[in-house]
Amino acid sequence: MQALVIVAHGSHLNPESSAPTFAHADTIRATSAFDEVREAFWKEEPHFREALRTVAADEVFVVPLFISEGYFTEEVIPRELRLEGWDVTDWESGDGVSASHATYTADDVEKRVHYAGPAGTHDAMSDVIVRRAESVSGDPDVGEGFGLAVVGHGTKRNEHSARAIEYHADRIRERGRFDEVEALFMDEEPEVDDVTEYFDSDDVVVVPLFVADGYHTQEDIPEDMGLTEDYREGWETPATVDGQQIWYAGAVGTEPLMADVLLERAADAGADVGDAIEQVREGTRVSGPADD
Amino acid sequence: MEDAQLDAFVAAAEDGVDCDGLVAARRSGGDGQNEAAGEYVFAVDGDRRDNLDESTFRSLASDHSSYGGNWYFWERGVPPGDDRVAFLRWLEGTDTTQLPERLDRLESGVHATWGQLHVTVSLDPDGDAGEYSRQYALCHADDVTSDGADLTEYHDPLDARELSKLDEDGRYRPLKTAPTLQRGWHFPDLGPHELVRAVECFYPATIPNWYREGEGDLDIDNWRDTAERQTGIYEVVEELPREAVEWVAQACCVDSQCLKRREWEYDDDEELAAPAGDGEFPCREPCSLVVAAARKWTILEGESERTYEFELTPSEKNQLEELIDAVADGRVDDVREADVGDGANRYRARYLRAKRFDEDGNLCGVETTNGDGE
Repeated sequence: MQALVIVAHGSHLNPESSAPTFAHADTIRATSAFDEVREAFWKEEPHFREALRTVAADEVFVVPLFISEGYFTEEVIPRELRLEGWDVTDWESGDGVSASHATYTADDVEKRVHYAGPAGTHDAMSDVIVRRAESVSGDPDVGEGFGLAVVGHGTKRNEHSARAIEYHADRIRERGRFDEVEALFMDEEPEVDDVTEYFDSDDVVVVPLFVADGYHTQEDIPEDMGLTEDYREGWETPATVDGQQIWYAGAVGTEPLMADVLLERAADAGADVGDAIEQVREGTRVSGPADD
Repeated sequence: MEDAQLDAFVAAAEDGVDCDGLVAARRSGGDGQNEAAGEYVFAVDGDRRDNLDESTFRSLASDHSSYGGNWYFWERGVPPGDDRVAFLRWLEGTDTTQLPERLDRLESGVHATWGQLHVTVSLDPDGDAGEYSRQYALCHADDVTSDGADLTEYHDPLDARELSKLDEDGRYRPLKTAPTLQRGWHFPDLGPHELVRAVECFYPATIPNWYREGEGDLDIDNWRDTAERQTGIYEVVEELPREAVEWVAQACCVDSQCLKRREWEYDDDEELAAPAGDGEFPCREPCSLVVAAARKWTILEGESERTYEFELTPSEKNQLEELIDAVADGRVDDVREADVGDGANRYRARYLRAKRFDEDGNLCGVETTNGDGE
């Protein structure tokens, strides 16, 4: 038997924080790739501490639904899962975006635990960002005439956070699909507040690299960009700011294709996922305008 | 027993069967000799027959088809995991009621309570694991007497995630074992896998921890262990004074706030005085809510005490105490609009504020002094 455990932050205050985790777990569950798919959280139940005992399987793939390498993925989760002999160098990352997986036993259960790198730094995450741009614009071919802003926290909270944002922005830029691609940040230059200054395109899709919608993605960023005076009144999509059309996507983690990244992480760590990756890619595709 | 079940039973005898008073085995032929007649053992409730050939063995199994059918359910019908099987067995009272009486009782339904959940176990002759398959009905313990027609019906166990998310008033429940589960729903016909899944959604990890406790294997982390493990913004909880840990347990961990039974103590040598609770399932360490609250209290306890002087009538002092009690006991919403005899009544509170607060919200005009020497 093999189990997938998706570990995410969760919240004591926001009931919707765990919604993307459950949604992606359901998508993966529907593929039948794993005997068991479970969710565990830092701020909800089951807690990381009790995650491994909630599955019967003796092979467990743990995939963090986190954006970057850092405090949670390198320190909190391994400690709380009680991974024996965890050493961050086992991930062989070093540049903040290359952690793949490492295998351990845990000292409270008799299981083999394959601990994967965070979803946010997997290469497939670039595809999710692009897919997010497709879904917010409603155009499966969006790109020409459009700019794309990938937004994250800056380094103040986590030194690798900015690295993950830049990594995906660079990868998407290299594909040449969008006219312009920029990495923007909340608490350092280049700042998302000045989004229109960094793009010449008339249309700019803004995709925050966050797992769940919450204070930052639904209050802070929309107000800072000038989409609305007051987040409670909502905003248009697209909204006109300084004569440019801003297509604000909200948290990338809510995009259904995110389930694909979790599967890829587990597959990289050795899980047998059959054709689940193809199923998820197919099943979450954005349909274009209906043909008349 | 159907033929397929009988075949499965004969095959299982190879490894031995011991289930609810039914025992079956197949003796090896001795020194690897050819299989011969007289090698099966069959026993029901201690009535043992040895040296049976296969056909006699089969016919005995057929004669005791309720035992065989019951075995088949436990063999083929239940989810993987010793803890889950133990839970399903506990639900129908395997410790206290033996076959065949238990099967008779299951005909009319056997009841069990798990936190605020009420489970009714009954037989499901059309179930996937033969005529002794079990079916589970799940509802809120306070809805047991309701006519099912009043309750919204659910069939997907994962719907329990949504049902457990908000309380009756639509407020978020970050603590799944808080005694605030909303009512008004029922799952009338869950199979064993689905029942376990639903319970896991309502009360995550309670089944494995309850099982571990029963096996004498519950891994408890006391307050000190938990506090010393914390890093980042929670590292400070290690500095929470000893007596404050008592107040934390009294504030957060008693039955009125959480249905888990607290098994963690201050440390290996010192127990906490707060009642541990009577819940069915144990709490093995301070949870994330307790740690997060303890962080706040650690910071607050860092302040030194100072003396303030307030002029209050005796009734006003009593009213302040009543207000704190009302909030602490969660009864604010129960105070009637015009019940001005209750100190926690809104008009009473507004009157006290109008009389005793200055324009800056200071009680009796006494300013809060921050920091030493101010």
